[in-house]
Amino acid sequence: MSTTPLRLKELSKKEDLLTGGHRLCSGCGAPIAIRQILLAAEMPIVAANATGCLEVSTTIYPYSAWKIPWIHTAFENAAATISGVEAMYKALKKKGKITERIKFIAFGGDGGTYDIGFQSLSGAMERGHDIVYICYDNGAYMNTGIQRSSATPLGANTTTSPAGSVIPGKMQPRKNLTKIMVAHGIPYVAQTTPAHWRDLMTKVRKALEVDGPAFINILASCNRGWRTPTDRAIQDSKLAVDTCFWPLYEYENGRLTINYKPKEKKPVVEFLKTQGRFKHLFSPENEHILERAQEIVDREWEALLREEAMWKAEEEKKEQ
Amino acid sequence: MKGWKELEIGAITEAGSADSYNTGSWRAFRPRWIEENCIQCLFCWIYCPDSAITVNDGKRGEFDYNHCKGCGICAMECPGKKGKKAIVMEEEGK
Repeated sequence: MSTTPLRLKELSKKEDLLTGGHRLCSGCGAPIAIRQILLAAEMPIVAANATGCLEVSTTIYPYSAWKIPWIHTAFENAAATISGVEAMYKALKKKGKITERIKFIAFGGDGGTYDIGFQSLSGAMERGHDIVYICYDNGAYMNTGIQRSSATPLGANTTTSPAGSVIPGKMQPRKNLTKIMVAHGIPYVAQTTPAHWRDLMTKVRKALEVDGPAFINILASCNRGWRTPTDRAIQDSKLAVDTCFWPLYEYENGRLTINYKPKEKKPVVEFLKTQGRFKHLFSPENEHILERAQEIVDREWEALLREEAMWKAEEEKKEQ
Repeated sequence: MKGWKELEIGAITEAGSADSYNTGSWRAFRPRWIEENCIQCLFCWIYCPDSAITVNDGKRGEFDYNHCKGCGICAMECPGKKGKKAIVMEEEGK
């Protein structure tokens, strides 16, 4: 079987495996990512989906938007569920009852991945199951009405980190889950956005090709929680990358590649200022939060640049 | 009381059945496709959250207004031809 080239004209000839008619909000970033993921896959996929917007809104009984075998799991165990499915597949394959090559994906939002599903995710990665875990990170518990998660950026206004006279939005910076997954020493870890569709699809293909666990973190905008107009999903994702708030990078067997380096790194305020959840940060008394947000972005971006340079220097040394 | 063997399957067994559900009524704004300004880049298709852009043999066709929720991402991302957008958003009911 030949691989479909990553060109839109060719890809559009493939069947969409997530149908319209799902009940995700108008302009939601998650289904854009899911459509791209399923279009990238060139083999049958079985998915487990943690509780969250994506799960609820795509499967309101008696409807399902999925054209693949799909299992709803609780908030905390998408990774455990897909591990079990993969183990069963391996057993059936050994017995000769399945001959086809099938791959397994778990989907979770940031609540189901960074927080509630974190231990089962960590366990599945450590056990080395041949699975791909994909987090669509919209930066809060959007499904239940915008509560802060450990993926919520510093200063964001959510219902459980309300910006007002007491606190200026969320007091803590977001945790860097992608780097935590790198620390698991798994064969493939990547970060991307649906605005960069070719990058996203290339990464999905790499993740599906590796033998062993892979993790992809996808920034998926949420206009309800980010307080943006409904047409901003792609624009805001691009700003996240151009400001290095959400750099595009991947780790293949521990080796870092930064997939995109903006010619001119925009100040992080360019990403923050289009979103109502950060509106309060632009009043004079909160200027220090903006400064801190920029420091965090700079520190993480510079660490990536240094690490990539280190890998390059090491490889050059080996070649000599 | 029914035994478990008589109970109906609790899961959704028809794949992709949401396709028959109409979300077009959510729309406050309606995208209009202006074919002469379309360069067939298909950005609208790849960025549509609702699979609401029909494509036949690699060429875009009309909107699927049964599923389009009118978010406007397609119009925002449309590069158009010579600065003229191939997708414009118009208020519903006007």
